[in-house]
Amino acid sequence: MELILVQALSGLASAASLFLVASGLSIIFGVTRIVNFAHGAFYMLGAYVAFTLTDRFSGALGFWGGLVAASLIVALLGALMEMVLLRRIYHAPELFQLLATFGVTLMVQDIVVLIWGADDLMGPRAPGFTGAFSLFGRLVPTYDLLLIVLGPAVLGALWLLFHRTRWGVLVRAATQDRDMVACLGVNQKWLFTSVFALGVFLAALGGALQIPRTTVTHYMDLSIIVEVFVVVVIGGLGSVTGAFIAAVLVSELNALGILVLPKISLIAVFLVMAVVLVVRPYGLLGKAERGVRASAGISFRPWKPMSQWERIGAAVLVASAALLPLFAGNYLLSVGSEILVFVLFAASLHFMMTVGGLASFGHAAFFGLGAYGAAFAVKFLGAPMEVALLVGPLFGLIGAVVSGWFCVRLSGVYFAMLTLAFAQIIWSIAFQWVEVTGGDNGILGIWPSAWASSPRGFFWLTLGVSVVGVALLRMLVFSPYGFGLRATRDNTLRSDAIGIDRKSVQWAALLVAGTFAGVAGALFAFLKGSVFPESLAIPISVDGLVMVLLGGIETVSGAVVGAIVYKALAIWLMSQTDLSKLVLGAIIVLLVVAAPKGIVGFIEDWRHRRPPAPNGTGPEAAGKSGTVGIAKMEAAE
Amino acid sequence: MKLEVSDLNSFYGPAHILFDVGFAVGEGEVVAMLGRNGAGKSTTFRSVVGLVSRRAGSVIFEGEDVSRLPPYEIVRRGLGYVPEDRRIFTELSVEENFEVGRQKARPGVAEWTPDRIYKLFPNLGEMRKRLGGDMSGGEQQMLSIGRTLMGNPSLVLLDEPSEGLAPKIVEQMADAILAMKREGLSIIISEQNLHFAKLICDRAYIIEKGRIRFSGTIDELEAHPEIRDAYLAV
Repeated sequence: MELILVQALSGLASAASLFLVASGLSIIFGVTRIVNFAHGAFYMLGAYVAFTLTDRFSGALGFWGGLVAASLIVALLGALMEMVLLRRIYHAPELFQLLATFGVTLMVQDIVVLIWGADDLMGPRAPGFTGAFSLFGRLVPTYDLLLIVLGPAVLGALWLLFHRTRWGVLVRAATQDRDMVACLGVNQKWLFTSVFALGVFLAALGGALQIPRTTVTHYMDLSIIVEVFVVVVIGGLGSVTGAFIAAVLVSELNALGILVLPKISLIAVFLVMAVVLVVRPYGLLGKAERGVRASAGISFRPWKPMSQWERIGAAVLVASAALLPLFAGNYLLSVGSEILVFVLFAASLHFMMTVGGLASFGHAAFFGLGAYGAAFAVKFLGAPMEVALLVGPLFGLIGAVVSGWFCVRLSGVYFAMLTLAFAQIIWSIAFQWVEVTGGDNGILGIWPSAWASSPRGFFWLTLGVSVVGVALLRMLVFSPYGFGLRATRDNTLRSDAIGIDRKSVQWAALLVAGTFAGVAGALFAFLKGSVFPESLAIPISVDGLVMVLLGGIETVSGAVVGAIVYKALAIWLMSQTDLSKLVLGAIIVLLVVAAPKGIVGFIEDWRHRRPPAPNGTGPEAAGKSGTVGIAKMEAAE
Repeated sequence: MKLEVSDLNSFYGPAHILFDVGFAVGEGEVVAMLGRNGAGKSTTFRSVVGLVSRRAGSVIFEGEDVSRLPPYEIVRRGLGYVPEDRRIFTELSVEENFEVGRQKARPGVAEWTPDRIYKLFPNLGEMRKRLGGDMSGGEQQMLSIGRTLMGNPSLVLLDEPSEGLAPKIVEQMADAILAMKREGLSIIISEQNLHFAKLICDRAYIIEKGRIRFSGTIDELEAHPEIRDAYLAV
């Protein structure tokens, strides 16, 4: 009993930082409609900058002043990012916004290591709060008490800010209808920038307040962002009070769950989230999103099945790829196999993202489940490769059944956040359940059957499987089911009205995508001969997103081209630099801002250039260029 | 002229909506923009305030071309806009809705305050703390107009102020608009309802399929029932 009480107090203290970060995310989303994936990065930066400042300036003033100064500095950085990057993409589809902030997250991870090194850092204790007091014979740090008081204090301060100042009233108005606020003479630009700065300030303060409690690490951004996503999904995006309630709930579940299920306390949080989503799909205090925009489909060019000549062209390309083993060496063949695995993986993500309009930030979950499924079949059942290659996709399918059941209840950014949370939970299970998965050491000795054991044989195997997989996915796009799926993507209301069951159709899309990603994962396990938790981790999900984006988000075959170009580039880049995340993040940001149509989109634009209409007026002719997408979205609003 | 719009062309995506629309509002004048549902009235107003990003043409307000300015800059120059669907902030109180609309006073002109607006719309004075979402349609329309007046405009675009209101409220609305006119405001009203326009307007334009089809005084329109029947009667 005493233990429970002490744990509960510790949970309340953890809730303070979680609330600060989550409320910042919520406030930013409310006004700008952007889910700031980089929020965890700002939390981490807050902690690092606070570490440097408090290290430099000692004493009470140095410490508390350092925390506030660090938060202000990071808030300034956030405002800078808003002005330089986000202002360019407020009208872009939300997938691009998510990706751009994700790119920034990746860059910050490498930058932090460059500046502060890779080692964990120990911050100073808080002056005046270094002690502990005794409760039922157990020690509770006084700093925890400070945090417990701080959470509600910040909640109250935010309430006053939003209800008693003109700025706060403008922010609440903009949360509901930002265009109308502009029509009343308010400069949205500065309202957005100031809101973003406030949100980032809260995140950075949340990070800075952690330094007396925990070590500062360069991976604290991802762990907090997953928790924060869970908090805002439970509490409701846009609601500060909801963020507070959910932060307390999640922190208490974590603190008390450890007493019940020491290894997998995350499960408890996940179950609570599931219940909340079933009862209130937009969170405890959230409201349904108005005017939900589909993630993809910013083009007017209708998709067409391949023409006769295109079919012949594709067949020639596949045939020439099949000839590669006749003259390529072993290294090149294994690189080729890896590229082919990712072609299938990207095509599966492309299917749910472009065709289904369901942006997933956790597609690695199905890839990794496929890999682990194949490995389990070999390790526990002694199954041959042929059987294991079927067990892997089955795991992917089961994962998709479970996560899909939750995810299709949501749409847009909620959907994306939930996919990421699901993938992180699978990852932490693989990481922590050492008896079964081997944890960090992975599962070794997953070798292909004799006929496919040579690099040449395995290349042909992956080529065959990938070509069949991509062809099947393409056929689905042009099947009646594919038309239905695209209808739900383009207009939920109208597809409802003609009798399409949106949830079932989208769930099915997840099952398809999960299964094919599972195939890719199973092949990957045999290619590498081993499986590690990394196959479930965020970088794999991001790789998939970048491949789809690079190839062309609104094309039918972009994922294939994107996967080949990106994977080849990445393998080459890895051999050239240690700062691969920095480069990758920069590439993502550049792609989103400068080339949102991708390689295939660019080629198709070029192929479908229309001659200028002889009697076309200026603006009419302009309508055929790249500005079309944005204009269409405005019409839809 | 207070506001002079010429050669206005607007697009939603690839769809061409307005074709060379032109109209003008004089100082202190109340003008009607008449037309059926979907004729292009709201798009015209939205284009003038800068809400339609793909548009071409000139919008001269008080001698300055504002067609390249963002909406908030246009509004700050004194061109107020009351949207068709009212778009009040449902989670803000009456007072807070006014606060969002508040802008600096125009030199030499009496400043609009919540108290002056409560005199114009006495109903609102009795519900200062009520949330916008808990108000009736007529009250929301009054709130929307009052909110725009808080910006101290010199010209107001009123998009279908009588739409969906009870006859008694429509009368109140007409009185309020005439009171605004007496304050020296220039007003342009979009309407489907000729009878309402007759109560308050000096001149009228008729728009149909994105083109201006008629321009003249209300009396001229009365004298040509065939025009009314072609473009207005259902």
